Amino acid sequence: MRHDHLISARQLSRGDVEAVLDRAAEFDAGERVARDDDLLGLLFFEPSTRTKMSFDTAMKRLGGDTVDMGTVESSSVKKGESLADTVRVVAGYADALVLRHPSEGAAKLASEFVDVPVINAGDGAGQHPTQTLLDLYTIRENAGLDDITVGIMGDLKYGRTVHSLAGALTEFDVRQHFISPESLRLPKNVRYDLHEAGADVREHTELGGVLPELDVLYVTRIQRERFPDENEYRQVAGEYRIDAETLDAARDDLTVMHPLPRVDEIAPDVDETEYATYFDQAHNGVPVRMALLDMMLPGDGGDGR
Amino acid sequence: MSDSNQELRVSKIKNGTVIDHIAAGQALNVLAILGIDGSGGEEISVGMNVPSDRLGRKDIVKVEGRELSPAEVDVLSLIAPAASINIVREYDVVEKSRVTRPEVVTGILSCPNANCISTEGEPVESRFDVLDDAVRCGYCDTILREDLAEHIATD
Ligand SMILES: [Zn+2]
Repeated sequence: MRHDHLISARQLSRGDVEAVLDRAAEFDAGERVARDDDLLGLLFFEPSTRTKMSFDTAMKRLGGDTVDMGTVESSSVKKGESLADTVRVVAGYADALVLRHPSEGAAKLASEFVDVPVINAGDGAGQHPTQTLLDLYTIRENAGLDDITVGIMGDLKYGRTVHSLAGALTEFDVRQHFISPESLRLPKNVRYDLHEAGADVREHTELGGVLPELDVLYVTRIQRERFPDENEYRQVAGEYRIDAETLDAARDDLTVMHPLPRVDEIAPDVDETEYATYFDQAHNGVPVRMALLDMMLPGDGGDGR
Repeated sequence: MSDSNQELRVSKIKNGTVIDHIAAGQALNVLAILGIDGSGGEEISVGMNVPSDRLGRKDIVKVEGRELSPAEVDVLSLIAPAASINIVREYDVVEKSRVTRPEVVTGILSCPNANCISTEGEPVESRFDVLDDAVRCGYCDTILREDLAEHIATD
């Protein structure tokens, strides 16, 4: 990849995506490299055990190792150190940094202060581009990435995985349907990008009408914190929950995805169906992150550079 | 011709800047975006909603004793894209220019997203990419289209 940092899915061209996915497929098939000297810095300013473990595993499978700043409570951040200072210090130890932060734009800011590659592992409601790459990997394996119809449902306003994915899909021949309550529609900046990209996009408040057309249904969680009133939340969340019966109306080859963790937006009886792909999707995080690290880390660990 | 006649309603200045062809209703925002409120001792005349050949109606601002810098003029373009700038010395216009839209404005606007890293005391200036009809935060991607003047950073 020609980028020094991975901050936003917006920066990924179709060619970039394909290069990462192809490399990921090689790792998936058992390819190994020896990056024994490489050290990845894990800076998680908010807890995300799953994403952190996925990066940790990926780096160790490449033969390298990780250093972890630990929890915010135990670090100097608690004492009021700026993000700019923290990343400059850790960049002195590590060959690349992975950053998860509660504020939008944090990874962008971090990248301006260090010489090592920065990978955004989620910044507030902003972007989560490595999730997007593993989502794309999963979609490619199950439905292909061209001439398909994808439905994205749930919290489209705050869901950063949605923002990253919607943008990345515009690089491919994909019809996008967005299904959400009125109050959780896509934010202005995401619509702007979709519009600029000339994307084929429709918005709906109900899944029913569009479900039979979909090759992929990407479900996200609607968080209770987004609603001041518990009742309002229950009413809204209930309408965007799917179970095996809902999916009777779907095509046989529908792929159901979810970035996980789920709460109750996908009923357990869906797990038993052929549609369920979310656990495979989570597994794909490791080969995809191996590919990305191997391509972004300096040096001669692989042929991806 | 009618243009210059109308301008007579606003007093001539000796030394300073005349910002002409501001879209009607934007004069006060222009002053706000430039941080000009008279507290620096400048004499300011404002003509609002005056007839204009080019714009139908326009606003005009004259600032005595202050010459705008190119950077200030750039920022002005965000809310007054058709404006022209006349630098006046001894009652004569010595420089006449149109505003041009910069690609980026730095340190002028503050991001309206309360969760944006650029608002959190980090050692960086705010940075906005200029789009066709809006600006976009270089950190969090938030798009700001209306009421730009309300988001002028105050120190
Ligand atoms: Zn911002």
